[in-house]
Amino acid sequence: MLTNYLPVLLYMLIAIGLVGVIVLLSEFLGKKTHTYQKDLPYECGMDPIGDARHRYAVRFYVIAMFFIVFDIEAIFLYPWGVIFKPLGWFGLVEMAIFIFILVVGLVYVWGKGALEWE
Amino acid sequence: MTIAIPTFNLSSIGPWLTLTVAAILILLLDALSPKGRKAYFPQLSLIALAVAALQTWWLWGQSGTDFARMVFLDNFAFYFYLIVILGTTLTVLISRHYLEEWGKNLGEYYALLLFATVGMMLMAASNHLIMLFLGLEIMSIAIYVLAGLFREDARSNEAALKYLVLGAFSSAFLLFGMAFLYGATGGNLFIGELAGKIKEALPLTKPLTLLGLALLLVGFGFKVASVPFHMWTPDVYEGAPTSITAFMSVGVKAAAFAAFARIMFAAFPAFVLEWHMLLWVLAVATMTIGNVVAIAQTNIKRMLAYSSIAHAGYLLVALVAANQLGAVSIIYYLLAYTLMNVGAFGVVILVGRKKDSYLNIYDYAGLGFQHPVLAAAMSVFMFALAGIPPTAGFVGKFYIFSAAVQAGYIWLAIIGVMNSLVSVFYYLRITVLMYMRPAEADLGPIAFTPGLVAALIITCAGTILVGVFPGWFYDLAVASVKIFPAL
Repeated sequence: MLTNYLPVLLYMLIAIGLVGVIVLLSEFLGKKTHTYQKDLPYECGMDPIGDARHRYAVRFYVIAMFFIVFDIEAIFLYPWGVIFKPLGWFGLVEMAIFIFILVVGLVYVWGKGALEWE
Repeated sequence: MTIAIPTFNLSSIGPWLTLTVAAILILLLDALSPKGRKAYFPQLSLIALAVAALQTWWLWGQSGTDFARMVFLDNFAFYFYLIVILGTTLTVLISRHYLEEWGKNLGEYYALLLFATVGMMLMAASNHLIMLFLGLEIMSIAIYVLAGLFREDARSNEAALKYLVLGAFSSAFLLFGMAFLYGATGGNLFIGELAGKIKEALPLTKPLTLLGLALLLVGFGFKVASVPFHMWTPDVYEGAPTSITAFMSVGVKAAAFAAFARIMFAAFPAFVLEWHMLLWVLAVATMTIGNVVAIAQTNIKRMLAYSSIAHAGYLLVALVAANQLGAVSIIYYLLAYTLMNVGAFGVVILVGRKKDSYLNIYDYAGLGFQHPVLAAAMSVFMFALAGIPPTAGFVGKFYIFSAAVQAGYIWLAIIGVMNSLVSVFYYLRITVLMYMRPAEADLGPIAFTPGLVAALIITCAGTILVGVFPGWFYDLAVASVKIFPAL
């Protein structure tokens, strides 16, 4: 039973090992310069320490909405790609409907002017 | 590798598809058409709702399941489809002028309304707890947005935020309950099969199932606004746009009670004693607190919010009765409640004019002299809500309390009738104000627009006709509760 999961274990070990090797290598080989800005924790361009009650652009949310439209699409396209052949025409039509609904979302935000940056 | 593609029949979810397509079409038209040409969205929604009603009528009489047993096809679901479609249609009719006044006659409003309707139908027809949750969320998320439609209005924002935070919280309770049931039944969440699975595993998993049942009750109790999960109701109902308040009070309640009743009747025969006892207490608390607190309200929307809590209590009485008449009375009462409550909110919109500036109950003083027809319509709705013959509200309450008596819950029926008496005070106070108190100032002209007039005529005539000739609706309801053999 559990032996079925052996490839998963192997995959995990390889992934951890590879990441570890790369991190260690860059630690030994890389040149290091420390500046205040560089040593700050990375927070997507925001100041990580400070008052949380400040206003920020509504575009963050627009970007998040776009991200959802495309990300969800991509996430569902991958598993479909794996079983594309067995699903056949049924799968194609289903995915076409699914993508159509996402495209409606895109057209909507586009038409509402979310892509105009200034 | 071969994959068995389940067979399904698209026509069995025809009404959902029609409304979804219409909503998508409205969104696209709204995004692509130049500003100012938005007059056709209400008409488009009404056409889609009419087609959906027709499709439901064609489906009537079918039975069984579809989409890999996920969707029930039965008259119980179809009756609720019709109630929900009726509620949405009336909401669309009362919306347009009101929204134009606020400058919010947006395509999104109608699209979200239709999406919420699809979610409600899904709740009424789902045969799987996850489908039920999906329907609940489709409905709720659309309504969270609609409650905050008036972005510039602080109260509307408050309503949307309160509803979102508390609604998400209650959804978590519901999901947690489903998770316990998933564990208790060995991974089966089909509503039609839950009863058998629960019985099979009863000796081992009784505490787990009880916990799941209790958490489900919390989740549904929130959605139907039952005490002690009712705290959000007055604030949200007061702050949301009046048309959305009407929609919430009838649509959400109908959908939540459809799912609630189906689960309780179909899935928990092994726990009848426990959930009857719990709901008995909830019903009494809901009726009493709703009615008593409504007396103290001076804002008409808050008063109707507490009245809506009280009506959830009456419906819980029918749920506790859990016999055939009880199930029938839930359906019949929700139909009657849809008609009379949307009608009352239509009058609130008409009297409220100029961005809801007249929402105090004393603004109704003298309405009977200045606008006699409008006052007469409001009186019909108030009489119906109070349960006075020959309106639909009376017949509905009669069915509910006879069901309780039939099931042996004499005291519950007595408490219900006493509560009904309490409610007469605050409903008739509006009528008294309208006819026996002079107006404090001239009310001024009221804009009678075609949509609102049509909605008031339909609801007024419906409230009286459904009350005078209940037979047809009763028979349909009896035909639709045959799916619960245990009753």
